[in-house]
Amino acid sequence: MDIFIQQIINGLVLGSIYALVALGYTMVYGIMGLINFAHGEVVMIGAMVALTVIKLLAGSGLPVYIVILVALIAASAVCMAVGYAIERIAYRPLRRAPKLAPLITAIGVSIVLQNLAMLVWGRNYHAFPPILPVSEHEILGATITSVQVAIVLIAALLMAALIALIDHTRLGRAMRATSENPPIAQLMGVNINQIISLTFVIGSALAAVAGLMVSANYSIAHYYMGFMLGLKAFTAAVLGGIGNIAGAVLGGILLGLIESLGAGYIGDFTGGFLGSNYQDIFAFFVLIGVLVFRPSGLIGEKVSERA
Amino acid sequence: MLEVTGLRVAYGGIQAVRGISFHVNDGEMVALIGANGAGKTSTLKALSRLLNAAGGSVRYGGREISALAPHQLISQGIALVPEGRGVFPRMSIVENLLMGAYIRDDKAAIAADQHHVFSLFPRLAERAQQLAGTLSGGEQQMLAIGRALMSRPKLLLLDEPSMGLAPLMVQKIFEVIRTVADEGMTVLLVEQNAKLALEVSRRAYVMESGEITLTDDSAKLLENPRVREAYLGE
Repeated sequence: MDIFIQQIINGLVLGSIYALVALGYTMVYGIMGLINFAHGEVVMIGAMVALTVIKLLAGSGLPVYIVILVALIAASAVCMAVGYAIERIAYRPLRRAPKLAPLITAIGVSIVLQNLAMLVWGRNYHAFPPILPVSEHEILGATITSVQVAIVLIAALLMAALIALIDHTRLGRAMRATSENPPIAQLMGVNINQIISLTFVIGSALAAVAGLMVSANYSIAHYYMGFMLGLKAFTAAVLGGIGNIAGAVLGGILLGLIESLGAGYIGDFTGGFLGSNYQDIFAFFVLIGVLVFRPSGLIGEKVSERA
Repeated sequence: MLEVTGLRVAYGGIQAVRGISFHVNDGEMVALIGANGAGKTSTLKALSRLLNAAGGSVRYGGREISALAPHQLISQGIALVPEGRGVFPRMSIVENLLMGAYIRDDKAAIAADQHHVFSLFPRLAERAQQLAGTLSGGEQQMLAIGRALMSRPKLLLLDEPSMGLAPLMVQKIFEVIRTVADEGMTVLLVEQNAKLALEVSRRAYVMESGEITLTDDSAKLLENPRVREAYLGE
């Protein structure tokens, strides 16, 4: 029972991070019908920048929360610039090209960003400096750390803010209008290039926060970390129904729980043949299952292939 | 107010509009009539910058507007009610109207205009929070017109407002179009239903295979034997 509760807690933490990243995929898909496969690398860059700033400031005597805040701002700024540049360079010139073309440039951008990161930060794993005041709390026999509580709370806050932005503001209406019918949105005076840029920028800011969270949660960062994380967050977005904001949140949390519980019990189910290091397979079982049985996702609408 | 000279529109090698010229004076309702495929909608799309013209000039209030980006047009005072209505299906009626007022930030005046649209179309007021995609075709047409009015345009471009609607609904829509015109709005009406269009407009142009072949006061065109035979089914 303790393990069960513990895995639920771990799953919620992991799921909150997946959800933040999945939102980036789903927002871009919703507005231009494109899977931005370079999004995982934006998360990685966020983690790397945040880690660099934290290492620089760790010995400065500044209060911890100021260090984290500065790291977060720096990571967001860099990621927003990267997200903006990705759209301008890799996607905008291909707006009218067949769907396959931007998919290929997305993979290209992903490789370029990974290699750039490797040049800047090297091939080694970077340990997250132990500056966070970690306290442990008992819940029903399981433990949750203060860092995990912070991750879940901040993720929930950001997601609520994003949903409020999309549902209730003029910018949010312009985003939805662009997603529903770009030419008509233009007739209303919406500069759709600006809206698309903003969508990338907002998604990238969320990715930066997620990057810091992942590296704090696992105490580690690496130039290659964005790849698997990106695939899983993409799976989460598909699970919830790609293009659907609430779906990304739901899909993220669910995938986190599935993965965490799966990792916790896979040893028992296979008689010790597979260990918890196989936890990555669950995301892809989920992806295959969703694509085969419910391609529109849990709460996505049935969409026909847009020309 | 609007002065179109030698406008050409082409799709690939095919010329849909072959160098037409027409004008709309301040405060007048002008109709552009013609059969399906005559080039009426292409003309409006070029005016509203959804299509690039292959040549010619479009002057509005003395200014060349044929090089503006599509989203800049509405702040010049030009609003299009597109063919097929083009409401945002997953937004409510109120949100669609707010999109019409996207370029404005005077909250009180926007609320007043929304009130005005609801008084023109009481049916929309009853369903203010309903998603536009769940409305009937006629209601969507009302919404599309209301949304265009929300930008406080000086020139209203209407593309086939009667298309696919039941006769009773067409009557209602055209009553409102007449009201709006009577309030002083300049209107360019593109319409396949020639009789209806000629009845509400002051002047009209007849378009045939990409060219304007006839123009006169609408009242005279209604009496013109050629028009009666070709477009009024007599």
